[in-house]
Amino acid sequence: MKRALLIAAVDPRIGGVMVFGDRGTGKSTAARALSALLPPMRIVEGSRFNCEPEHREDYPEELKSKRVRRVPVPFVDLPLGATEDRVVGALDLERALGKGEKAFEPGLLARAHRGFLYIDEINLLEDHLVDLLLDVAASGENLVEREGLSVRHPARFVLIGSGNPEEGELRPQLLDRFGLSVEVKTPTDIEQRMEIMRRCNAQERDAQGFAEEWQKEDAKILRQIARGQKAVDKMAVPDTVLSDAAELCVAVGADGLRGELTLMRASKALAALEGKRKVTRDHLIAVAPMALRHRLRRDVLDETGSTARIERAIDELFG
Amino acid sequence: MNGQPPDPLSDAVMAARLFALDPLGLGGICLRGAGPVRDALLERIKADLPSDMPVRRMPGAITDDRLLGGLDISASLRAGKAVLQTGLLSETDGGVIIAPMAERLSETIAGRMGQALDWQAVQVERDGIAAELQAAIGVVLLDDGLTDEERPPAALTERLAFHCDLTGVTTLDLRDVAAEDSVSPTEVAELDEAMLKALAATALALGVRSVRPLLFAMRAARASAALADRNAVAESDLAMAARLVLAPRATQLPAEETTDAEPDDMPPPEPDDAGDSDDADAADAPPLEDMILAAAAACVPEDMLSRIGDGVHRGASQGGGAGNRHKSKLRGRPLGARPGIPRGGARLALIDTLRAAAPWQTLRREEEGEDAERKIRIRRPDLRVRRFEERAGTVTIFVVDASGSSALARLAEAKGAIELMLAQAYVKRAEVALIAFRGEGAELLLPPTRSLTRARRVLAELPGGGGTPLAAGLEAAQALGEQAVSHGRTPFLVVLTDGKANVARDGSPGRKQARADGETAARRIAATGIAGVVVDISPRAQGEAETLAAAMRAEYLPLPRADAATLHRAVDAVQQQTVAA
Repeated sequence: MKRALLIAAVDPRIGGVMVFGDRGTGKSTAARALSALLPPMRIVEGSRFNCEPEHREDYPEELKSKRVRRVPVPFVDLPLGATEDRVVGALDLERALGKGEKAFEPGLLARAHRGFLYIDEINLLEDHLVDLLLDVAASGENLVEREGLSVRHPARFVLIGSGNPEEGELRPQLLDRFGLSVEVKTPTDIEQRMEIMRRCNAQERDAQGFAEEWQKEDAKILRQIARGQKAVDKMAVPDTVLSDAAELCVAVGADGLRGELTLMRASKALAALEGKRKVTRDHLIAVAPMALRHRLRRDVLDETGSTARIERAIDELFG
Repeated sequence: MNGQPPDPLSDAVMAARLFALDPLGLGGICLRGAGPVRDALLERIKADLPSDMPVRRMPGAITDDRLLGGLDISASLRAGKAVLQTGLLSETDGGVIIAPMAERLSETIAGRMGQALDWQAVQVERDGIAAELQAAIGVVLLDDGLTDEERPPAALTERLAFHCDLTGVTTLDLRDVAAEDSVSPTEVAELDEAMLKALAATALALGVRSVRPLLFAMRAARASAALADRNAVAESDLAMAARLVLAPRATQLPAEETTDAEPDDMPPPEPDDAGDSDDADAADAPPLEDMILAAAAACVPEDMLSRIGDGVHRGASQGGGAGNRHKSKLRGRPLGARPGIPRGGARLALIDTLRAAAPWQTLRREEEGEDAERKIRIRRPDLRVRRFEERAGTVTIFVVDASGSSALARLAEAKGAIELMLAQAYVKRAEVALIAFRGEGAELLLPPTRSLTRARRVLAELPGGGGTPLAAGLEAAQALGEQAVSHGRTPFLVVLTDGKANVARDGSPGRKQARADGETAARRIAATGIAGVVVDISPRAQGEAETLAAAMRAEYLPLPRADAATLHRAVDAVQQQTVAA
């Protein structure tokens, strides 16, 4: 899971991570921890839409400031029970009530732009909100029409969802939107479980001290991600790896081109994360399960789990 | 202390006292089984809680704006600015929420409460208002569920330290211990390495996978020490914590051999936690572990084994499997309103529409100019339609003739179709159930579910062979269908049979009686108005199934060699028509 999150952080175009797992596996904790690990981004001072200094014209706001500020990459939690107007944005209630003015109040999508949008228990989210998110995630922009006001603003974000497969399936369209899908299990090793208990104790006893202790570790990962983000576009992909990827997708019967594309992007991001110059077959194998496991056609007769099927195919092809 | 037999009452009393000592840290307590004992226990908890702590009762059908908070329309209009109305969760900050009839709590509400327990705060992003409000709460669930299927949503119970079952406890003797001196749990020293290990090992041996119970057990042990007015956790505290927190969540009984035999499928631990591995040697496990494990194992609920045996449940930590939750959320509970046009059966939610329109009146009046005729200006985006949870879905009930020689092939087809329908279930918000009839009776193999994971498990073991008790199958289908209706859902029957009944309603063989009984059962279904389709799977249709369909007032589909995909398409088409009609 950690690896999937880091890969998505290195290359947001991969398009989101879906985390499956039973209760109490620390899904949310891990996802939320990500926000501390991301290198800051540049926005125009005062922007409510996380405006990129290079593309001011794309944003529906007139910013007087010429200054550019570095701010943390947004990590937005979408709480269950959020209403549509707060998600997409709506008229500013305060100003409508007080002054009778029409002004747009950006919603959570604007806040998450260029960052992450986290949805815990995605299967509990209401359908019309899910549709809306998918629509925005696909188009990369958010269009709001309210009270004769029409606002369009960019909304590109990495969607991170978490859910429990026991509680019902996610529909395939939604699942397909996620670039990567991982399954988390709790450690079954006593020592690891004790370590979790110890860390929770330490955190509770001295939250500040705990945070400081881990800051160094965080900073290391942050540098790693920053390096990866720079390197990923220049990453060389040998033809042999490309053909490996194509073969693997055919072998497991992954539907659509999206699988192959994600597989390559994730391999590149992993190589970049590791500070390598080019992608190797090992990178491909390492990311194959998370890039493909949710794209396999459902085979009624095959009871084997998706991950196992991918691993089997890897063994047969490259074993 | 070792292997003390379970005593639900004294355990519950203990759990209640521990909870009252640290209500916010322990998350909560679930008390199952209605009755005077529970009432007394609840009074006891209330009395033990600090007197200045808010205690609120939560109505079962609470709406989002009452639970989470939202825009206070009237205050906002008066003040000319957005005024936040707080919800129950943040109003109870620092206190305890009591939720009666928790087995009927909807998953949606449970999910919101779970998030509040995790974050100790409520994030309000509603009706043009954004705020984060403190909401550190403890929860008391009163679970009146009787059957195994009726349990509070696992999303919530997972986050509560204690699960007490008082069903069957008849004595009223609370063995009341007068409130003694106790220190604050925070003054109790933390658990040492050996104690952590004992708890971790016990949880593992009992198959408690989640990490939350471990954290709860630590807190419970400290609370137990605090209750006894001690500053350090003793062995008895650990045993009590294991008994109260871990044992009710057990999914397996401890194996005889050491637990280190567990497969280690996780990546190696972070480099920094190798520090204190000196006592991690498996060979001479300290006796503390064994003692704690024995104490907990003795209290593993008796029905745990049978539940594991069913293969349906994965133990109490799951709150009783997936299916019950789906059931308990379908009691015709209004879900509030959402934006939409009132058409296609959706009803206008007048109040919500007015609420939505209210803040914009000044603005609109200025835009459109005064108009005495139009006091309220409502525009299309204001329209809200009412939603009821049960309106959301249908239950497709497959009634499968699993008799005779060709049973296996038919079952495979039905299985395939069910899986195909489930794969789409999320899109259509539909649930699927499976009843098989063969031999002397009918059996509900798959209660209504949307979970593919769960359906697969059951389908894999679907039996076949024997006679054709058609009437029994139809009766079971009718019962399930009516149950669905009473939960506010729309049932749709898919009967796969050749119609050649040969076992009568009372289980006796004989074609004539069997067929008559079958027709009677079919007519009863027709009388209930439950829609359906009869799929004739006999190799050469001879009219029996068609007669049956007519009696049921159901569609008739002769599909001699229906494969899964065809069947699915056909059922889908008929269902579309029927629902549209």
